[in-house]
Amino acid sequence: MSMRKPSLTLLASLATALAAVAVALIFFVAPEDADQGLSQKIFYVHVPIALTAYACFGLAAWKAFRLLTTRGERYDLESYTGVHQGTIFGALTLVTGAIWAKASWGVWWTWSSNQLVLFLVLFLFYCAYFMLRYSIEPGPRRERISAVYALFGVALVPVSFLAIRLASDFIHPTVFTRDGPQMTGEMFTAFCVSWAAITLLAYVMYRVELAGKRTDANLRELREVLAP
Amino acid sequence: MTGYLAAVAALARKDLRVELRGRDTLPAMLLFVLATLVVFHFALPADVGDDPAYGLLWVALVFTSLLGLARAWVPEREAGALDGLVLAPTDRSAIWLGKTIASLAFLAAAEVVALPAFVLFFAPLDANALAGVVLASVGICAVGSLVSAMAAASRGREVLLPLIFLPLAIPIVVGGVGSSISEEPAKFLAFLGLYDAVFAILSWAAFEYVVTE
Amino acid sequence: MADAPLVVARGVERRYGARRVLHGLSFEVHRGGALVVTGPNGSGKTTLLRLLVGLAVPSRGTLEVGLDRGRLGFVGHEPLVYRELTALENLDLFGRLYGVPERRERIGMLLERFGLWDARAERVSAFSRGMTQRLALCRALLHEPELLVLDEPHSALDAQGAALLDQELDELAGTSTIVVATHEPDRVDALATSWLALGAA
Repeated sequence: MSMRKPSLTLLASLATALAAVAVALIFFVAPEDADQGLSQKIFYVHVPIALTAYACFGLAAWKAFRLLTTRGERYDLESYTGVHQGTIFGALTLVTGAIWAKASWGVWWTWSSNQLVLFLVLFLFYCAYFMLRYSIEPGPRRERISAVYALFGVALVPVSFLAIRLASDFIHPTVFTRDGPQMTGEMFTAFCVSWAAITLLAYVMYRVELAGKRTDANLRELREVLAP
Repeated sequence: MTGYLAAVAALARKDLRVELRGRDTLPAMLLFVLATLVVFHFALPADVGDDPAYGLLWVALVFTSLLGLARAWVPEREAGALDGLVLAPTDRSAIWLGKTIASLAFLAAAEVVALPAFVLFFAPLDANALAGVVLASVGICAVGSLVSAMAAASRGREVLLPLIFLPLAIPIVVGGVGSSISEEPAKFLAFLGLYDAVFAILSWAAFEYVVTE
Repeated sequence: MADAPLVVARGVERRYGARRVLHGLSFEVHRGGALVVTGPNGSGKTTLLRLLVGLAVPSRGTLEVGLDRGRLGFVGHEPLVYRELTALENLDLFGRLYGVPERRERIGMLLERFGLWDARAERVSAFSRGMTQRLALCRALLHEPELLVLDEPHSALDAQGAALLDQELDELAGTSTIVVATHEPDRVDALATSWLALGAA
C-alpha cells in the first residue's frame, strides 16, 4: 500500500460522516418538492449514484487505455474493479430509478426516462463484460480484450444516449415530464453533500475490492511458486 | 498505403473465395432471414398497420447478421490461419478491414433477398429506409467483425457473441427504424453515419489489441 | 557489431494466470546459429517459440529479437493455412501479405521442392497430414526469413517430407538463423550450434 494514499479507514470514516450529514440535510433541511412530495428525496440519492456509475465506467476505460498503451500490469485489475463498481452502481441506479418512478408516477418502469433507459442498455453491456472476461483464459489476451471492451463501453454511452433521445420521438411519446431540478440553495447543498458522500463511498469500495483482488492474485502466484 | 489496401483486398477476396467454396453461411443467412420474416407475419396482430413491421425488419436484419458474424472467423480458427495473418508484416487492422468488407458483402447478399421479401410481405421501403439499411449494415459489420473476434478467443463463443453484440446494436436499430418511419429520416441517417464513423474507427484501431498479446 | 546476437532472452517468464510455464530463461542466439530446444511435453517449448515470433509476450523479463515481423518464419503445431483454399491460393495470399518479390516463381519453386507441385490446385482439406505440414513449411519459407522458428516440424511429416526438411535445414544453416524445438534431437544434431533443455521445473 502506498504511503501517499490517504488511509482507507480515514476515507471510510469520512464517507460515513458525509453520508450522515447528507441524510440530515436531505430530510431536515432541503424543502419538500411541491409536486412529488417526499418521494422526490430519492433524487438526492439516485442522481449521485448514476453519476458515480458513469465515473466508475470512465475510470475503467481510462485504466483500460493505460493498459493498452503502457502494458502496465496493474491496470487490468484496476480496470476490472472499475467496471465491477460501475455495474453495482448502475444496478443501484436502476433500482432507485424504479423506486422513484413508482413513487412519482405509479409505475415501476417507464421508457420515457432517457437516463433510465440508457442505464438499462449500459447495464446489459457491462454485464456482458463479465461473461466475456470469464470465458477467456487468464493472461495477456484476456486483459487486452477486456480493456478494448471497456473502451467500447465508454464510446457507447454518448452514442446510446443520442439514440435513446432520437428514439423517444417516435417510439414512446413523452407522457411523464420531469422538471430539471430548479434547485434552491439548500437543495443544491444537500445534493452536493450527498454526491460527495456517495463518490467517496464508491472510491472506498473500489480500493477495498482492488486490494482484495490483488491479494488473491498474489496468493495464487505464491501457491504456484511453492507448489512441488 | 497501396500495400495496405492490396493486403485488405487480398484478405477480402480470400473470405469470399472460402465462402463460395462451401462454408454455407450465406445460404443459412438467406433462409434464416426469410423464415424470420414469415414468423413475424404470424407474430403481428392483423390491425397494427405498417410501423411495427419496420421494427421487425430490423430485428430480422440484426439477428441474421449475428448468424453470419458467428461464423466469420471460423476459417481462421480451423488450422490456425489467424496466427499466420497476425505474424505477417501487414498492419493487423487490415485483417479487420478485409473481414468487415467480406461480411458486408454477405450481409448485402442476404438483404438483396430480405428487402424485396419484406416489401412483398409487409410494407414498402423508400429511399430513406434503404439508405438506413446501407448505413446500418456498415456499422453492423464494422463492430461485428471485432466483437466476433473477441468471442472467438473465448470458450463459450456461440452464446457469447449475441450478448456482447446486442447492446452495441441497439443504436443501429434506433437509426434504422427511425429512417424508415420517422418524419425526419435525415436525423436518423445522420445518426447512423455518426455511429458508423465512431465505431468503425474504434474497431479499426482496437483490432490489433484483440488478436495480439 | 557483427557479433551482436540476434536473439537475446533475459529472465523470460511466462504465466497463464497463476500457472507458470517458463521460469527465468536467459539465452542468446547469434546470426547464422541454430538453437535446438528440447524438453518433455509441457516444459514450455511451444510457449517459448511463440514468444520468439511475437505471438505471445513474456510475463516477466525481456526477449529481444532484432528483426521485423516480415523477416521471421514460423512453423507451429498448426499449419496456419486455410483449408478451403488450394495450396497455390494459400501461398499466393501469404506471398502478397509478405510482399514477396517474384511471387509466382518463388511459390512454384517451393511447391516443387517440397513435392507439392502436382497437388497445387487441390484444396488443403484434401491433403494428408504430411502434405499439409509440407505446405506449412512452404509458407514459412516463402519470404526467405532470416530467423526460422520451427516447433517439432518432423512430427507431422511423412518420411519423404522429413527428408526434404532436413535437406532444407542443411542448406539454410549458417545463412539463416534457426530455432527448432524437437523430440528427435539426433536429426538436428549436425546443424545445432547451441542447445537449450527445458525441464519441468
